[in-house]
Amino acid sequence: MKAYSLYKKDWQSELRTRYAINALSMFILVTISVILFSIGSEKITEYLTGGLLWVVIFFSAMSGLSRAFVSEEERGTTLTLQLIASPSTIFSGKLLFNIVLVFLMNIAITILFSILFDSFIIKNIELFLIAFLFGNIGIAISSTIIAAIISKASSKGTLYPVLSFPILLPLILTLLELTKFSMDGNSIEKSFVEIAVLISYDVIMLTASYLLFDFIWKD
Amino acid sequence: MTNYSIEVENLVKFFGRRLIFNEINFSFSSSHVYGISGPNGSGKSTFVKILSCLISPTKGKVIHKKDELIIEEEKLHNHIGFVSPYLFLYDEFTAEENLKHFSKIRGKIFDNEFSNYLLQEFNLYERKNDQIKGYSSGMKQRLKFVFALLHNPEVLIFDEPTSNLDNKGKEKVYEIILRMKKDKLIIIASNEDTDLSYCENILELEKYKTK
Repeated sequence: MKAYSLYKKDWQSELRTRYAINALSMFILVTISVILFSIGSEKITEYLTGGLLWVVIFFSAMSGLSRAFVSEEERGTTLTLQLIASPSTIFSGKLLFNIVLVFLMNIAITILFSILFDSFIIKNIELFLIAFLFGNIGIAISSTIIAAIISKASSKGTLYPVLSFPILLPLILTLLELTKFSMDGNSIEKSFVEIAVLISYDVIMLTASYLLFDFIWKD
Repeated sequence: MTNYSIEVENLVKFFGRRLIFNEINFSFSSSHVYGISGPNGSGKSTFVKILSCLISPTKGKVIHKKDELIIEEEKLHNHIGFVSPYLFLYDEFTAEENLKHFSKIRGKIFDNEFSNYLLQEFNLYERKNDQIKGYSSGMKQRLKFVFALLHNPEVLIFDEPTSNLDNKGKEKVYEIILRMKKDKLIIIASNEDTDLSYCENILELEKYKTK
């Protein structure tokens, strides 16, 4: 309930300041436009659109999700948060905010892809939805803990993608594989190993984040 | 009346190689007003942050006890009211929205009546529905007192409490200190003689500068 109250505070703040929403919307529009212009009238393969989808999602996450903690640090309200809630409440609230933001962002990107790219055809929707669900949760967990780490650093802008790349790489590779399988029309049973890797990644990242957050947050 | 105490044992703080203070042993208990004094850069703010468990000491420990029972660090935030120049509230919210959010995040029910009483006391009631980005620095400082008192904590830690305040504001702060000292533990970190004149015991940080 406390974490939900923090989540509500963050949304109300976001709707007034539009820190993350503006950055994300502009990034998504610009990136997809650049891809469309560079492709021109060329035909691209299904697999390539699947790959491009996750590339856009990865870089959009880079541009918007760090705001959860960076905006608190920039406004000097980190101390205020420390004075009103325990570290676990703060992490849960921020994670909830990033999960909702990631889902909104990625649903918008996927809809744009399916409208603008003829070759973006998913044959096994259920498999894609499973990948999409656990993939987004994984992106949100990783981005939240990395945002907490970099919010204390002086060169936040450059540090975020540098730290995110090795942490998100196994997740993105698994998601690329699952997107390929869903485009091929593979069954969920055949993709079991990749789904297990995806869920394991989420569980490991979530556990590690809760254990680490106390130390990151205090100093 | 609850008996609240803070015990500081062998507290040492370094920033890199720079020693801030060394081997502080001190006890704070309720119904007293304590002062932390020292010139600029002597570590007053660092000391009160360590007292509130907001940052870790290099060595030593801080123990909070309520009726002789140790309070877990995780739950400490509900026992402390903190005012400081480096504390900022959310500019995009009104004073009332800030206070409502803080109560809910603490897991407490927002007490509208008590909030209005405090806002009136600090002369902010008329402006409670204005976004605080339009407040003067003195008004923001007064709102920090409302923020610190709203959850009725046992410990009040005031770091430079009268900075940015006019004479009327300062008088209100001193009035609060005198009124609350009966049943609360109050700690004031300041280098203002008037602020420190309300303290019964003063911890001079300059004495703890040697290795």
